[in-house]
Formats: sequence, C-alpha cells, structure tokens
Amino acid sequence: MFAGKTRKSLQVLVFFVYNMKITRKDILTKEAGPRITRIEILSPDIARKARPGQFIALMVNEKGERIPLTIVDATQTTITLIFQEAGLSTRLLGKLNVGDSLYSLVGPLGHATEIKNYGSVILVGGGVGIAEIYPVAKALKKAGNHVTTILGARTKELLILEKKLASVSDELHITTDDGSYGKKGFVTDVLKELLTHTPKTLGTYGPTALVYAVGPIPMMKRVAMVTKDSNVKTIVSLNAIMIDATGMCGCCRVSVDGKVKFSCIDGPEFDGHLVDWTELEKRTKVYTQQEKHICNLSK
Amino acid sequence: MAKEPVKVKELAAGIRAKDFSEVVLGYSEPEALQEAGRCTQCKNPACISGCPVGIDIKKFIKQVTEKDYKAAYFTIREKNDFPSICGRVCPAEYQCRKACIFTKKNELFASEKAINIHFLERFVGDHGMNNSLETPVKKDGSLSKIKVAVVGSGPAGLCCAGELARQGVKVVIFEGLHKSGGVLRYGIPPFRLPRNILDFEIDYLKKLGVEIVPNFIIGKTKTLDELFSEGYAAIFLGLGAGVPGFMGIKGENLCNVYSANEFLTRVNLMSAYKFPEFHTPVNIGKGMIVIGGGNTAMDAARAALRLQNMNKLPANTSIVYRRTEIEMPARRLEIAHAKEEGVKFQFLIQPVEFIGDENGFVKKMKCLKCELGEPDSSGRRRPVPIKGSEFEMDCDVAVIAVGLEANQVLTSVTPQLKTDKYKDVIVDPETMETSIKGVFAGGDIVGGEGTVIEAMGMAKKASRAIIEYIKRRGNVQKN
Repeated sequence: MFAGKTRKSLQVLVFFVYNMKITRKDILTKEAGPRITRIEILSPDIARKARPGQFIALMVNEKGERIPLTIVDATQTTITLIFQEAGLSTRLLGKLNVGDSLYSLVGPLGHATEIKNYGSVILVGGGVGIAEIYPVAKALKKAGNHVTTILGARTKELLILEKKLASVSDELHITTDDGSYGKKGFVTDVLKELLTHTPKTLGTYGPTALVYAVGPIPMMKRVAMVTKDSNVKTIVSLNAIMIDATGMCGCCRVSVDGKVKFSCIDGPEFDGHLVDWTELEKRTKVYTQQEKHICNLSK
Repeated sequence: MAKEPVKVKELAAGIRAKDFSEVVLGYSEPEALQEAGRCTQCKNPACISGCPVGIDIKKFIKQVTEKDYKAAYFTIREKNDFPSICGRVCPAEYQCRKACIFTKKNELFASEKAINIHFLERFVGDHGMNNSLETPVKKDGSLSKIKVAVVGSGPAGLCCAGELARQGVKVVIFEGLHKSGGVLRYGIPPFRLPRNILDFEIDYLKKLGVEIVPNFIIGKTKTLDELFSEGYAAIFLGLGAGVPGFMGIKGENLCNVYSANEFLTRVNLMSAYKFPEFHTPVNIGKGMIVIGGGNTAMDAARAALRLQNMNKLPANTSIVYRRTEIEMPARRLEIAHAKEEGVKFQFLIQPVEFIGDENGFVKKMKCLKCELGEPDSSGRRRPVPIKGSEFEMDCDVAVIAVGLEANQVLTSVTPQLKTDKYKDVIVDPETMETSIKGVFAGGDIVGGEGTVIEAMGMAKKASRAIIEYIKRRGNVQKN
C-alpha cells in the first residue's frame, strides 16, 4: 500500500542534505538568563531574496511549532538567525548543532523595511530585538543616514551584538536595567533625551526623521509613547504568534489604526503610533498555560 | 426498482466523537454490489453531467455490478485522479446525486433514494488503492522534455499535476507549507479524510514522476519570471482562497476568537489534538461556538466537540448560523453527522459583538435574532436581524467560519497578473489562461470558494489548455 514510502524518504533526505543545514552556531550570552544563540543556515533560495526587515518561519522537527524569526543577515548561500531560548521550540532549536538540519524553513516573508536616506534616524533594540535592528541599521547606514543606536538589556551578560551595531552606527548608547553596563535604566530614557536635546553631532542631517524599534512589547509601546510626544515617525517590527506566516490563518492579527491587519503579510512592520498595544500584549499571552505545561514536561 | 438505498456503515456517534478516526466506514463488497444494482443504467444518464469532471458514472457502476472493480477503477481514474478523496469529500447531493433520476426535479438536494454514487466511487477508489492498481499511462513522448510548474498542492494543483504528468510532462509542484495537500491537509479533518488516503493519492502522483517542493512560496522565494527563466514552459496557479474572512464586529481580536482556518490548521496540519506530543497548542473551551453554515463550520464544530471529549470537558459546542438549516451550504451528511455527535445548532442568530474578560479572553457573544426575508443573489432567503432582539450567549472559544478571501502573496508582487474586485485571478473561461501568457489558474483563486471537485474541474480544463499551449508554442518555434 505504501510502496512510495522509501522513495519519499529518499527525496526528503536529499532535500535535507543540501538545504536547511546549520553551518555555524555561536552562543551570544553568558549564563545570566535564557540563552541567546546565533545560527547560520544553508538556504540559497532564501538568502538570495532576503531583505532587511523580513523573516522566515521554521520548524525544528516534524512535531514542532512553526515559529517566525527575523533574518538578521544573509550571504549568497546562508541566512543568520538569532533567537532567545524562551520556550520549548526555541530551546529545541538551540539544541541543534552544526551539521543538523531544520525540518522546515520558508521565506523570506513579510515586507522589507523601506530603506532610504531619511537624514537622521534612531534605532532602538531591546533584548533579542537588538538582533533584529542590526540588518536595518546596516542598510540605513549604507543609505547615507546618520544612525544613532540605543541598545537595552536586562543585564550585561544578556547584551548582544554590541560590536556589530557599533560598526554600523554613528552613535551608540547602551542601557541595562540593573546598571551593570552602560547607563542604568531603560532605552526610552536615552531616547527621550536624544529627542529633546538634538546632539550637535547631527550637523547637516537635521532632526530625527525616523525611530525604528524592536524589542519586547512593553518596550516598543513605551518607545511609541515617547516618540509620539515628539511627533517622530516610528516603525516597529511585531512578533505576533503565527502558524503558516503567509496570511492563511489570521493568528497574527493586530489592530492598527482601528483596522485589522495580519502581521505576517501586512507587516511585520507597522506605525508604532497606530498599533493597539494593549490588544497585542494580551494576544501574545493566549497560550501561556500550554507553554508552561509543555516546558515543564520537557524538562 | 423499489429497492431501498444501502446505508453506509459508520462508527457510532458516541464512539467516534471521542477521537479523530474516520467516521464513514464505506461499503463492503456485498453492499457495493447491492447499491450498484439499484442503478437503472439510464439511456441518457444525467448524473454524468452533474459531475464537475464528467466521470462516466453509468459505466463504472455497471462495471461494479459485473464485479470488474479494476475496470471500474480505470473508468473513474480516466476523469478523476483522486477517487478515494472525492468519494469522501464530494458534496454529491448537490452534484451527481442531485442529477440522478431518483431525485425529483426542483428538489434542493438529492433525494435519499438517489444512487449513493459517492460511496460507490469511494469503494472503487479504495479497492484500487488497496490492490495497488496502476492506471495505464499513455505518455506523449514529444512532451518528455517539457517542464511545467504548479504553484500550490491543493486539489487544483494536484489534479493539474496529475493530468500533465500522465501525458508525459515533467511537473514540479511548489508548496508553501511543509506538507502537501493544501486544504485537504490543513482544512479537512482526518475524521473525514484519513491522512493515509491523502498520502496515498499524493504518492501516486510522485510515482507518475511529479516532484513536490515544500517550503517554497512563489512570489516570495521565487517569482513567476524566475520560473520561466529556469525553463518552465508554463505555470499553473492553484493558490487557493487563502485568507480567512472575519465579520468585522467588535471584539473579534479577543483571545480565543479563531478564524476557522487557524483553528483547523492547528488541529489538522499541526496536530494540536495530540498536544503536547505535537507542540502546537489550541485552546479548548467549555462553551465553544462556531459561526457559519458551510462544510468548514461543520469540520470546525466537530473537531471542537472531539477536543472537548478528549479533554474530559462536557461536550458543549454550538453552531450559530444566520439562516436556517435548509440554507446551510454544508453537505447534508456533515450536518447530520454533527448533530449525531452532539453539536448543537442554533439558527437565525447573527453575532454582533464579542465581549471579553479583563485578560482579553472572549467570554460572551452578543447576538441579534433574525428572520428570513426575500431571497438574495445566492437564491437563499436573506437573514434580517430583528430590532431589539439582542441577547448574550456564553462563549469562551469562538471559531469564525464565514468564508475566505483571495491570498495576495503572489498577485501583489505580480502586477501583470490581472485580478478582479475580489482579488481573484481573472482567467479566460475556455482555457483558464491568466493575463500572463503561459500562466494558467484554477481552483479557489479563480471565482472564489468552491468544492474540491470544482477545483479539479478547472484544473483539468487548464491542463488541456497547457498541453495545447506547449504544442502550439513548439510549432511556432519550429517555423
């Protein structure tokens, strides 16, 4: 009855050998909380098309969830992903080693960031969101912008990509919640200061034309509040829960300016001033119980 | 011909509503023979024209009566690449069975007396599958070097791929998800279409030489132009009606308000009913409400009820519909099955708002009562809300199954591909060719939501046009 099965698994095998293989892995954080890991994956088709701001959806194994992750970097043949081991799926992903392959990988998904010369821009990254602002910072710098970057982490050990961001920024500010590195406090403290006292270094770039923020929802929400007061255009990249990530399920829907949008196909970037943050925050907690349950089981 | 129709065996409602095993068990050989024996072999059989792909129903039923199941299998396969699927999911009461001589004219659905053509088709299809019957293939050697790309592995894509491959064309199917089958996999639950049946039919295509590339989104991973430049002679788009419709009412974004697509995708494609063995969760409530009257609504409600039973919650799942049972577009069999299993039906109700708790989870649904007014463009009587009839229903999980809209992932990046006001792809109805030369389309992306077999009908038409297109183009090149 299933004569085709051997053949099928052979085909799957061949596909696996050439694609979705992890070619590099680095742990970016020290033991201070959930680990943040960087992996490079062989995927020429996605690598060729990837633009800053886009993401992929992946499955670690056949029984796994489909999870969206931002494409942090791409070469001719590989893409780079950075993730924090926050739940079961990211923990399983973190267990894969160089040479292992993913079960599924699709992309690049979502709209790319609009890269142009805005003049002066501020990028705000919090936690693992720092990884997601890197490709955008790099592209905006290349497009001739004056790039100011604010990085925030809970503590020094969880701060990632400082050097990489420094290399694509004209100015770099760092905050930690506990004051173990950089300025003690939140990214928004620095942002507020920058927006109210335009630094002299900007010269001909003019006042800040764009703020681009990625991080935990409370952070993005606060960033949007600060920039609203200063009336600065603010783009955020949302991390809604997704399944197919191609517009089919509507799981990632978010209210933007009172209209229902799908993060996967209409986003993932939206105007931070128009996002219904309260709703989004609640929607991301819809499976908290199951997440706890499955994480406990797998311990 | 006074013989009574042969009832098909089913798992008892009390047993089947506790898991996802197949509900309809199908005919045994004696049952199939008895049912086939009821066919009058009409001189001018209307049933054939009632079939969107034109299966020679009269002939295959005759072959069943002669116990020549192999021949019957080949008769069906001549027109239909997926008898075991269609025998399970076709709304026969609107199609072949409605056209059967035993159905009186002007009846809304097939009469119960109409020959159970779909069950016979299933019997024959499963016979072929279980005996590894391989339909003789007449390959056209001149097509062996031709490559055609099929986008999407749902009913339309699979059917088009099969038709082309049987003629010798090299077909590559590009599928966005990690598994093939499209709506047959993510939409239709295993209790209606067991996965081994679906896998068999897809493997059959692979045996014909069809290659399936999963995790590949045309429009994102590659464009249509790139496919052409890689040497594909033609492209068939079976993109499906991928985007769930919502009602646009207050509270629709509360937690635990699902689109039917999301709910069913979690359960079917991601196997959330086996959580935590499978990692994708789905929330199960104490009062689950499914809104809609189509097959998707029935599938969602029956899945919801099963999840309640499997999680030892009281079975409390309702279908809420604006009209009445008679206007429901669902298959009559699904409606009957849902009722038997304990799904409650509440008619003439229109939701107007979802009300949530402090954590943003839905807890109540505010509704209006309706009455039936004049028929609308669909010919069904229109539901008219009654003023001042507001009331609330308890609801901790809601599933919205009110229809789908076109997925624009490909069309939005392909401006040359003309679409209508619904963003469906416009085709020449004779050839299914789109506004781009060499690009054909079929299924739900053309003309909106339809049935599996209608999608296949379009795909077959397109496959004929693709062959003609290839040959014509070949000739042009020779000159």
